[in-house]
Amino acid sequence: MSAHADELMDYDQAVSLFDPVIGLETHVELGTNSKMFCSCPTEFGAEANTQICPVCVGLPGSMPVVNAVAVESTIRMGLALNCDIASWCRFARKNYFYPDMPKDYQISQYDEPLCTDGYLDVIVPTDDGPQVFRIEIERVHMEEDTGKLTHSGGDTGRIHGADYSLVDYNRAGIPLIEIVTKPIPGTGALAPVVARAYVAELRNLMRSLGVSNVRMEEGSLRCDVNVSLAKPGEPWGTRSETKNVNSLRSVERAVHSEIERQSALLTSGGRVIQETRHFHEDTGRSTSGRSKEQAEDYRYFPEPDLVPVAPSLEWIEQLRASLPEAPAAKRARLQESWGITDFEMQTLVNTDALDVIEETVAAGVEQSAARKWWMGEFARSAKEQGIELSQLRVRPADIVRVEALIGEGALTDKMARQVFEGVLAGEGDVDSVIAQRGLVVVSDDTSLLAAIDEALAAQPDVAEKIASGKVQAAGAIVGAVMKATQGQADAAKVRALLLEKLGVSE
Amino acid sequence: MSAITRADVEHLGRLARLNLTPEEIDNFAGQLDVILASVARISEVAAHDIPPTSHPIPVENVYREDVVRPGLLRADVAAGAPAWEDDRFRVPRILGEA
Repeated sequence: MSAHADELMDYDQAVSLFDPVIGLETHVELGTNSKMFCSCPTEFGAEANTQICPVCVGLPGSMPVVNAVAVESTIRMGLALNCDIASWCRFARKNYFYPDMPKDYQISQYDEPLCTDGYLDVIVPTDDGPQVFRIEIERVHMEEDTGKLTHSGGDTGRIHGADYSLVDYNRAGIPLIEIVTKPIPGTGALAPVVARAYVAELRNLMRSLGVSNVRMEEGSLRCDVNVSLAKPGEPWGTRSETKNVNSLRSVERAVHSEIERQSALLTSGGRVIQETRHFHEDTGRSTSGRSKEQAEDYRYFPEPDLVPVAPSLEWIEQLRASLPEAPAAKRARLQESWGITDFEMQTLVNTDALDVIEETVAAGVEQSAARKWWMGEFARSAKEQGIELSQLRVRPADIVRVEALIGEGALTDKMARQVFEGVLAGEGDVDSVIAQRGLVVVSDDTSLLAAIDEALAAQPDVAEKIASGKVQAAGAIVGAVMKATQGQADAAKVRALLLEKLGVSE
Repeated sequence: MSAITRADVEHLGRLARLNLTPEEIDNFAGQLDVILASVARISEVAAHDIPPTSHPIPVENVYREDVVRPGLLRADVAAGAPAWEDDRFRVPRILGEA
């Protein structure tokens, strides 16, 4: 932890005094089968150093060869971000001294990125309705991920105070693309929300393209967040760079706290230094890392072991023509077809529920029912477990089955919730949960009539009301019967039997 | 005229984490200078219409199919590592970077 906590200015006051300018560098691991420059597998969570070869551990004489799918994925991402695609570009060596790269350099792209000059529109909800911000993209380039270090010894597990480090090179060489925005001015107090919305939309885009599964909790998407402040009408100030911000919530919090920190600094006569800062998930704040004023010097030069990448126009056009529907267009289409409001749509998007609901509707479930389940029970369960909706045990087919059973009268709403509770807990599929939990709608007349008699005896005043023609009072008796049968009675049937018994009609 | 100063060599030494003695710095400054001067002579020959060459053979677009192939066995890698612990390479602690 830092030796001293930084002063922070109240956020509202900060954004009334200063205009924030933000910039984002996003690294995404591509979902290829093999690594960027060698044929090692890329599976997450494998045992340490079991996915390595002479190329990715940098043995002398080994030679890298570019993964064709990684180039294709980068071009598709560039096209989806409205970028120009270079007709000729090279890889470069980024030289640095750190054992996360055994070669002592990372193969990246420097002054010749594959994709340049694009944009991505993001929509942010405001008090005045949804507002669109166009985020300009500076570049999208290819590189390789680095190995994973564990710092041992010392008492903190962090690099400072560590006696030595242990390195796992499974991740070294996994294809990465880096997406860099141009500076984004003019977002004002919305800067943190815009930053978050941009990263969320990037993720949506990459998922729709199928170029990455983008699991942030596995580190497959990582952000560096740049923030600087300017007084209105004045030039932009010095920026700080907060590294490795690894969740959507953290992106928002990192921008927010950096605005508060820089404002406090600038109004108390201090100055912002150009530095790298480290974000801490636990506190939502960052601490100073290395100062950039002691100049990074990566001594880039063209990678002599790899030949230039020169995608043909035909290939690029073929990839452009095969791009899937953009997430924004898809949202507009689904919103229209489902007839839901902007707010409802925004809620689905914020919950990351759009894809699973679309899948469920495509499987044959009414959209309102699909939304009810995913946004209700399932969203709660996912949140409790800290996982994504798509990782829950429940599948669209389960909802199809449950809805069909409700339609046949074989399940009540309450029982359906119990079924899903079982499915989510891993008790099996819908039918086996029903069998194991004995969830059967009680609809035989004898047991229902017995329950009705009991309820009537318990509430004689209500019984009298109904008998005298006040049919709306029947609800109380039906409710009592449902309660007595633990929700397993067929409510419509109970009502019909009750009215018949008392000799009244609807 | 010397293109490589002692300060340049010190800087490069720091980047490579080499602890250079004053004698070594003088020595390398002179040697690196000779290398640069020799390359500079080639630059004199190259006219403006000759682009800088990074690859001697004009080959482009050499790709691999995205297919997994077996790599090294961990035991073999461990046997070749200077230090190994808990299935990982053990390296000295790193200062000055994070």
